[in-house]
Amino acid sequence: MLKIILRRAAAGVVLLFAVSALTFTLVSLIPGDAASALLGPNASEQQLTALREQLGLNLPLWQRYFEWAVSAVQGDLGTSIVSPQPVATQLNRGLAVSIPLAFGAVVLASAIGTALGVYAATEGRWLSKALDVVALIGMGLPPFWIALVLSNVFGVELGWFPATGFVPFPDDPVLWAKSLVLPIAALCVGGIAMVSKQTRDSVDEVLSKEFVDVLRVQGLSPRRILFGHVLRNAAIPAIAVTGGLFVSTLSGAVLAESVFGLPGLGSIAVRATATRDVPVIVAVACYFCLIVIVVNLVLDAIYAFVDPKVRTRS
Amino acid sequence: MNQKGENIETCLSVQGLSVDYGRGSRRRRVLDGVSFDVGVGETVGLVGESGSGKTTIARSVVGLTPASEGSIHLGGLELAAMRRRSRRAVAREVQYVFQDPYASLNPTRTVRQTLEEALYSRPEFSGRDRAARIDDVLLRVGIEPGMKERYPGSFSGGQRQRIAIARAMLPRPRLIVCDEPTASLDLSIQAQILELFIGLQEETGVSYLFIAHNLDVVRAVSHRTIVLRHGRIVESGSTEKIATAPEDAYTSALLAATPVADPEEQARRRSARQAGAFESRQRKERM
Amino acid sequence: MTEPTPLATGVIVPTPEAAARRAQSPLLQLARRRPLAFAALVYLALLVLVAVLGTVIAPYDPVSGNLAESLQGPSWAHWLGTDQLGRDTLSRLIVGTGPTLLYTGQVVAAALISGVAFGMLAGFAGGYVDTFIMAISDLLMSLPGMVMLLVVLTLFQDNMPIAMVCIGVLVSGFLMRVIRASTLSYRQETFIDAAAVAGLPTSLILGRHILTRQLGTVLVQASMLTGMALLLVTGAAYLGFGTEPPYPSWGLMIGDGAQIFGTQPMLMVSAGLAIACTVIATGLLGEGLRDLTTERWSGARARARAPRRLRRREPAMALEQVDQPVNTLLSVRGLQVAYGDADLGVVHGIDFDVAPGSTVGLLGESGSGKSATARAILGVLRNGRVTGGRVLFNGTDITGIGEFPAARRTELGIAYISQEPHMSLDPAWRVGAQLVEALRQHRPELSKVEARESALDLLEKVQMREPEEVFQKYAFELSGGMAQRVSIARALCAEPQLLIADEPTTALDVTVQAEILDLLRDIQLRTGMAILLITHDWGVVADMCSSAVVMRNGVVCEAAPIEVLFSAPADDYTASLLASNPAAMPTREQREEERR
Repeated sequence: MLKIILRRAAAGVVLLFAVSALTFTLVSLIPGDAASALLGPNASEQQLTALREQLGLNLPLWQRYFEWAVSAVQGDLGTSIVSPQPVATQLNRGLAVSIPLAFGAVVLASAIGTALGVYAATEGRWLSKALDVVALIGMGLPPFWIALVLSNVFGVELGWFPATGFVPFPDDPVLWAKSLVLPIAALCVGGIAMVSKQTRDSVDEVLSKEFVDVLRVQGLSPRRILFGHVLRNAAIPAIAVTGGLFVSTLSGAVLAESVFGLPGLGSIAVRATATRDVPVIVAVACYFCLIVIVVNLVLDAIYAFVDPKVRTRS
Repeated sequence: MNQKGENIETCLSVQGLSVDYGRGSRRRRVLDGVSFDVGVGETVGLVGESGSGKTTIARSVVGLTPASEGSIHLGGLELAAMRRRSRRAVAREVQYVFQDPYASLNPTRTVRQTLEEALYSRPEFSGRDRAARIDDVLLRVGIEPGMKERYPGSFSGGQRQRIAIARAMLPRPRLIVCDEPTASLDLSIQAQILELFIGLQEETGVSYLFIAHNLDVVRAVSHRTIVLRHGRIVESGSTEKIATAPEDAYTSALLAATPVADPEEQARRRSARQAGAFESRQRKERM
Repeated sequence: MTEPTPLATGVIVPTPEAAARRAQSPLLQLARRRPLAFAALVYLALLVLVAVLGTVIAPYDPVSGNLAESLQGPSWAHWLGTDQLGRDTLSRLIVGTGPTLLYTGQVVAAALISGVAFGMLAGFAGGYVDTFIMAISDLLMSLPGMVMLLVVLTLFQDNMPIAMVCIGVLVSGFLMRVIRASTLSYRQETFIDAAAVAGLPTSLILGRHILTRQLGTVLVQASMLTGMALLLVTGAAYLGFGTEPPYPSWGLMIGDGAQIFGTQPMLMVSAGLAIACTVIATGLLGEGLRDLTTERWSGARARARAPRRLRRREPAMALEQVDQPVNTLLSVRGLQVAYGDADLGVVHGIDFDVAPGSTVGLLGESGSGKSATARAILGVLRNGRVTGGRVLFNGTDITGIGEFPAARRTELGIAYISQEPHMSLDPAWRVGAQLVEALRQHRPELSKVEARESALDLLEKVQMREPEEVFQKYAFELSGGMAQRVSIARALCAEPQLLIADEPTTALDVTVQAEILDLLRDIQLRTGMAILLITHDWGVVADMCSSAVVMRNGVVCEAAPIEVLFSAPADDYTASLLASNPAAMPTREQREEERR
């Protein structure tokens, strides 16, 4: 099992390099580089050349990437074009916002979705049908639309939670939690729809297996069959899709952060895109990729633990 | 026919056929130096349990599984050395009937489309000729030609196997490899399909390489029988002899294990088997 | 799967109903059989029309409004109200459809082409090509869509079509994986081998058999992609990438609507609904089309998913009390079983008895109702129910045993082994744990250590060579014969008086079959349990049973001691079934002689 995890970790490192190299290359293709962006359209050719040399933009692409990568590994991701802050400082602050947001939404969506899915699979077709409809609508409404409605209704109109803004955890844990409630709620709607459907289908699939009948004949109580046997088997495909859920939640978080004015990675990415702040964009892509890789590693470990076929192979 | 070992024309000749699966350290031999002939108009049965290599022989004869060593001669072609490109030439000579009639017909294509595809190796047939041949072969296997525009989904298992047999007959091959063609069918349907195979052979003189795990099925269709175990031939000879007086201990064990539809005989067999006497008795008889 | 049963080779004729169905146009079929999907299709067609016509059908100028009419609610003049600049919401929605759909379409088209092409290439080429493409797919899937969109927009802000195509390729990672997986599975299907045997070149096999077979998958994936792309496009528009204000797009309108949500929520609601309806419609259409293409060739309606319940509430049956005959263990009286919502009858009132310690064969072909009978006795009918009759066991009425409390079922002492030994074991539990669970279920007084000892004992009793080792294994690590031995061991935990065995040796080799049958006999001699043996094999009946019940189309044809059954069958069907046993067919030599 350790071998599998190590192999996946190595693959993750390769993936990280691939993503950074890819983004780096793509970004360098932009007509009009950082120098012209910094100096504006009226800069003279001489000024541009001077700044390019200063920024190292005259070097070949691979060399620039190599230098960037070496310093990135050491924690230096360069400096933003727009603000004088080092990119790493900016992003680490963003991480402190995005991580609780995304994890909160994924955990909540998994918990509620699993409970709903199991209930729909075991109890009656009415709930199952209702779940289909709700799932359809939940997946159809854009998360940022839900975020805007929640912010307006519960933030502006009712005033239960802050409509925008973020309070860091060390400053005031209660306000911190309050400022995350609406964003997490907005983000987990789609996730609940996805997880509940998936759980219902996989529980259903397991319930149709012959061994469930054999256990019933054996006289096991329905409760014990469900919790001892069915859920354990249904968890195997469920864990496999959690990675996908995490990625799509991160995607939704980008917009939710802008809606609620949270200074997370998503907001940073949006601002950087608008100002074409290349070092920030490359670094944000790498950060997101790193998060996904770490999450996938953890999921792989859980997967290997739950699925005996993976466990016994190594 | 060749029950008594008379000289008849050979249709298929397999010499020293070996097949390996896997690469590198995982390489393992599933078929080890198998040699046999099939005469024109003859049925040779291949019997064995799972892992005996019987399906591997069948697949390598039609080129679905590449041979590692040995030769497969059929109608002037050396099949073991054939390239994928010459599939068409091979298709004219040998056809295949698969075990599962639900899986062997593409469910998204009508029966007519499937049968027309079977004539891919016969571009010399004209359009009208093709349609007539398809109708003719469908009638022969007992399917109303008017049903050919339907999808396989609307036929029962037995009907589908008839269509699969029609597909194999269409290019007029010398040899048809039948891989457990009745294993997934009901008893009464199995009898009908076996009769169909025998009838078609008597009409057209086609040869069969007939694979089965059920000795009774092989006994009913084949002239000669080959018993396989772990990729090697254990015993071969006329079906009558193998069914009544086997020489090899494994063949005897296989026969003893096959339950017969006769309670008294079956009771005798079981007591013999349980006493562990069967094999030793066979051995004594041979001595 | 019932075959017309006169044993002669009959010619089979088509049914008129099937021919009529084929004559219908696909559109009509969709309307009749999938009304929801048809409605979705109509909605999407109208939407495309609206997008094309745009300003032609918009009642007002979408760009400049009348400030005097700002922030109005729905009215006859403005059906969906107006925004803060007094612009008509409906007109803006109509004109905004064009760019929204265009960008979405570009993303989906690019994603489909890239996903299907690379997915099929990976699945069919295999080897290094496969590894490389899957690495790319991994890379694409580990980037959140919105982040990729922002990176791409940084690059191509001024050229939306290129940006959309890039994004399409970047989100196709999942599609690649799905298409590769289905290509791999279809590649292994026998009909692909059959096409190769027919002499078809690889290119033709790929195009004709694999691509067409994937149509359903592609349709569903395309609809899911459309939903995802629409959310990305509107999200980007909301952030200010895409259509430039004052020109409208759905995403921009949501941004506008959010600002006036407190005073006039109509703008926000209508733009949100437009997006939600479109996503839902594509989802419904995709599923509907997939079902329809599947039904076209499968010949049956794709079965609606019925939730399976662990507890099934069956209607109480008002049936007369029946007394069980003396010296019988199990008595079935007038048992009727029906399946599905339509209550399709599969067993029509059958009677038979099993005496204590005896072995009774239940014989029939597929569709005869023999398995349904066994499942009805056990109370594990799937999607079916007992519609009449009684099952008596040891003097008690056990009809509807599926509803009995677990403890009651445990003490009854009926055990079951099935045809697929691997399927009847929980794949996620070790063999030993399953045995221990079953043992403690019946003897709760056992400690874990004692249960373990007994489980090892049982494994030895079923002649397992290395019980300790097997104890630690999972079902998938066992051969078929070994798994069936484990199943038998587990059945023995209940110290059953009756074992119901549904085709216990059909999936096994003959030599293994002989061993398992011997084992069952041996156990029966030692414990005195009765066996109800469901089978299609006359040889197995002859070997194991003292009497047998022959079933056909849900009724009993004949029930008799086997000496009578084999030598003088009273029923024609029994006789014809006996005659179709291949052992009873003439050999080739006998045929030759007969002809002479």
